[in-house]
Amino acid sequence: MKGGGADDFRDSFFEECEELLEAMHDGFDQIANETHDSETIHAVFRAVHSIKGGAGAFGLDGLVGFAHHFETALEKVRSGEIEADYEVLELFKHCGDHLSDLVAAARDDEEVAQETAAALGEKLNEVIGFDPSEAEELPDFEPTTLDFGMLDLSAPPLPAGYVIAFTAHPELFGSGNEPLLLFRSLEKLGTLDVTCDSSEVPPLEELDPATCLLSWTLRIETEVDEVTLEEVFEFVEDCCEITITALEPAEGAEPYSLPDLGAEESVPFPEPPAETPDIAEDGDAPAGASEDSGDLGANHGEASADAAPPPAKAPAKQVKDTKEPKEKQEKQRGGGATIRVDLERVDKLINLVGELVIKEAMLSQSIAVLDLPSENDVSTGLESLKQLAGEIQEGVMAIRAQPVKPMFQRMARIVREAASATGKRVHFVTRGEYTEVDKTVIERLVDPLTHMIRNAVDHGLEDTETRIANGKNPEGTVILSAAHRSGRVVIDVSDDGGGINRPRVLEIARDKGLVAEDAELQPSEIDNLLFMPGFSSKAEVSELSGRGVGLDVARSEIQALGGRVAITSTAGEGTTFAISLPLTLAVMEGMVIDVAGQTMVVPITAIQETLQPRTVAIHRIGAQGRVLKNRDSLVPIVDLGASFQFRDEPEDLGDQVLLLIETENDRRCALIVDNIQDQRQVVIKSLETNYRRIDGIAAATILGDGRIALIIDPDSIVRDVSIPSDPTMQLMR
Amino acid sequence: MSDLAEPKTRLEQEVVAFRVADQDFCFDIMSVREIRGWTATTVLPHAQSYVKGVINLRGSVVPVVDLSARLGLGVTDPGPRHVIIITVVQSQTIGILAEVVSDIITVQEDDIQPVPDIVADTVKSFISGVVIVNGEMIRKLDLSRVLPAASVEF
Amino acid sequence: MSLRILAVDDSRTMRNLLDAALTRAGFEVDLAEDGEDGLRHYESFGPDVVITDVNMPRLDGLGFIEALRRLHVDRLVPILVLTTESAPELKARARAAGATGWIVKPFDEEKLVWAIERVAISGGS
Repeated sequence: MKGGGADDFRDSFFEECEELLEAMHDGFDQIANETHDSETIHAVFRAVHSIKGGAGAFGLDGLVGFAHHFETALEKVRSGEIEADYEVLELFKHCGDHLSDLVAAARDDEEVAQETAAALGEKLNEVIGFDPSEAEELPDFEPTTLDFGMLDLSAPPLPAGYVIAFTAHPELFGSGNEPLLLFRSLEKLGTLDVTCDSSEVPPLEELDPATCLLSWTLRIETEVDEVTLEEVFEFVEDCCEITITALEPAEGAEPYSLPDLGAEESVPFPEPPAETPDIAEDGDAPAGASEDSGDLGANHGEASADAAPPPAKAPAKQVKDTKEPKEKQEKQRGGGATIRVDLERVDKLINLVGELVIKEAMLSQSIAVLDLPSENDVSTGLESLKQLAGEIQEGVMAIRAQPVKPMFQRMARIVREAASATGKRVHFVTRGEYTEVDKTVIERLVDPLTHMIRNAVDHGLEDTETRIANGKNPEGTVILSAAHRSGRVVIDVSDDGGGINRPRVLEIARDKGLVAEDAELQPSEIDNLLFMPGFSSKAEVSELSGRGVGLDVARSEIQALGGRVAITSTAGEGTTFAISLPLTLAVMEGMVIDVAGQTMVVPITAIQETLQPRTVAIHRIGAQGRVLKNRDSLVPIVDLGASFQFRDEPEDLGDQVLLLIETENDRRCALIVDNIQDQRQVVIKSLETNYRRIDGIAAATILGDGRIALIIDPDSIVRDVSIPSDPTMQLMR
Repeated sequence: MSDLAEPKTRLEQEVVAFRVADQDFCFDIMSVREIRGWTATTVLPHAQSYVKGVINLRGSVVPVVDLSARLGLGVTDPGPRHVIIITVVQSQTIGILAEVVSDIITVQEDDIQPVPDIVADTVKSFISGVVIVNGEMIRKLDLSRVLPAASVEF
Repeated sequence: MSLRILAVDDSRTMRNLLDAALTRAGFEVDLAEDGEDGLRHYESFGPDVVITDVNMPRLDGLGFIEALRRLHVDRLVPILVLTTESAPELKARARAAGATGWIVKPFDEEKLVWAIERVAISGGS
């Protein structure tokens, strides 16, 4: 560790890396979509460059090495030397992915397989036009001369005397250098004796005060070596004449002359590639004595990277370019000041606000009981309190909300990987990436979404030949979009592939005994078979998505978030998975109902309509089952009280109400409830914190009277309808 | 013998003693957050018979365990004379339904004895030892074993 | 009286590290995010030494140095260039723009102080 930064700095570095990687991926996307401008490639370059710089400060050598190599290739594009065609861009994207991996690995202190870096390094070399075999020895990324500040304490001090002849060129002062300060620095290294020769100074009337024409002879008695003495003059070596001579020639030291700039430095720097394309020529110099070059040297990348110092001929152009207003850049960076807050604090605040809302509801109820005249102060006050509480709640929720963009970027990578694994060409499109969703929802959505994206590339899209044969664009398209829709977040994964092969799916489901041989299924029902546990069509299993984890797992993960997944597919045109999620995990709109003396809540989003049993046709099926005819289809009837084993299913439904619920899978059922109380926003409380998950129950909430009501999970109830209940399932009470 | 051989600190702890099904139990007071009067619970579907349901404890959903039922000593029909002892066990907050809390007593570590054979087997698995106070045997509960089972039992 | 140092870098990590190292070394520090921001801060802060990164958006390090030298001909404030490349070509360009010296990343406190000492009168030590 060189930087001496504390863990805080490290954390903030990795945080910044996330932003930089995002900016980098953005840049590549813009270039790919041709929505970029002249600044884009510079921004990408800077992002990689900044990662490298920070990584260097924290001694993350592997990261530095790769970033440097990558940066070198980017520089070639930036300087206009090579063009970023499709191939190059794809390579850069892969390099970007690998860079993300390296960052993540460095953050988590993990190892990264060297092969990827090596493979990418070779490809980068091709892009740069560098042949590592021509470089016998690889110069290090980090020349030793950099550590000029570090006196080598391991070497035994050899007090010695030197004479330094120093003649300043006229332009020395123009650079802001001051010989006096250099002498002061020398003074700190030993005993100094200065003699000034002013013979070159013209008469006063001709004197240019900004020009230095003096020369000095410095005698120094010091324990440091010549190299350290040279370093004192490092900043002026190009605007002075300097010779350092040892007075007592120890170890055969000869009069030493400071080399000309760049000619003979301890680590040679090759000429900029713009002038000297054959950079390998300079690469054969000794590697210098860099202290931590071990694994860097192993990477081919280092050589080529070092052999091509990035800013070749860009400076003038760069300055010009950056003078143009860059709104995009402004937008990206100018997000206003931010503070870092411990998530725990936010969550605590959210819980407290939840309490506030509940208390407010309780108070409303107590006041309602008092039967006060309308337009009384208490009610008016309470009303504004309610409004305030609502606004606070919204504000607090917004703290947790984050744009889905970083997650979408991760998905872009999944697409790339899936595309190269399957050999398909995939155009990935994201929409609505600034849609904000609760942080936890986003985090927990990564796994199911990854699965669906892989599925889309792997199973959704046809292979290139088939696409061509069918007269489609050989490049398949996968679209990932996010949007807010009626209080929920809707995320769609669609592909323009061949659509679900329904006969095949049905066949597999039958083979696996998931559906009866003679079952007549609607197209949508067949599509939904994909979500059946155990459905994994062997014929289509690939190393990519056939990992034993099926879409059923992805779906249950989404359901655990209070979300739903629906699937639509058109033969020859493609398939869309539509995920609908609550905006936040903390509140939802619910219908408060009574069932067998228990107060429960049904999510309003699931309720299609309420029906009076008397007004609809109810048919018996078998001994137990009842169905209801609604819009020409039969809907199973479920008694919530019975399914929760609170009571036996009532024979006569005369006094009950039927709640027709529909889930995202187009599955419907009618719930028998005793009474509908109210419709209101409820704060979601986890049952799992102190208890565990309950089948058929999504969560709990606290009602106005302070009691807990359970929130039912329509999906799991609907799902269980068609599956015969386990006869051993008995409540022990 | 010198004093050095003697442990300087006296190992004593306070326990909350209470009655369940006419037997005395206790547990470490450090596990107890508060003791509340009985309030009606919200019944949980598919729950074990000893889980009375959940109550609202200042915004948290807290399950209530009928200790008598848990120990196989019969289901409690809770009424005003019952209390819910709110405890924190393994970072889970649970309420223990018990009859009146009789006392908070200080016991020496040495006074806690191994479980004698006369204790019924069903109870035995839930207690970590017994304390004899005024000739009465108080069973010391191992709260972690009282917790509702983590997985759903059908 | 401690030296006033303006550090210009577009990387937050670098700014943090510079800030920490320079402050620890007893300097008074001001930070800017790019060349344009640096020019503003130069006016308000009036630094004794400027440390600047090269690759920055809007106005890069070399442009920033040129602008400083053009706008403040009367006052030759020492400017140190922060760079990961110690290539002579870059140094030459930095010098041509008016840089006084350079600091190669990664740096540590000692390295920073050593570079600053050679270009400015360090009151502290």
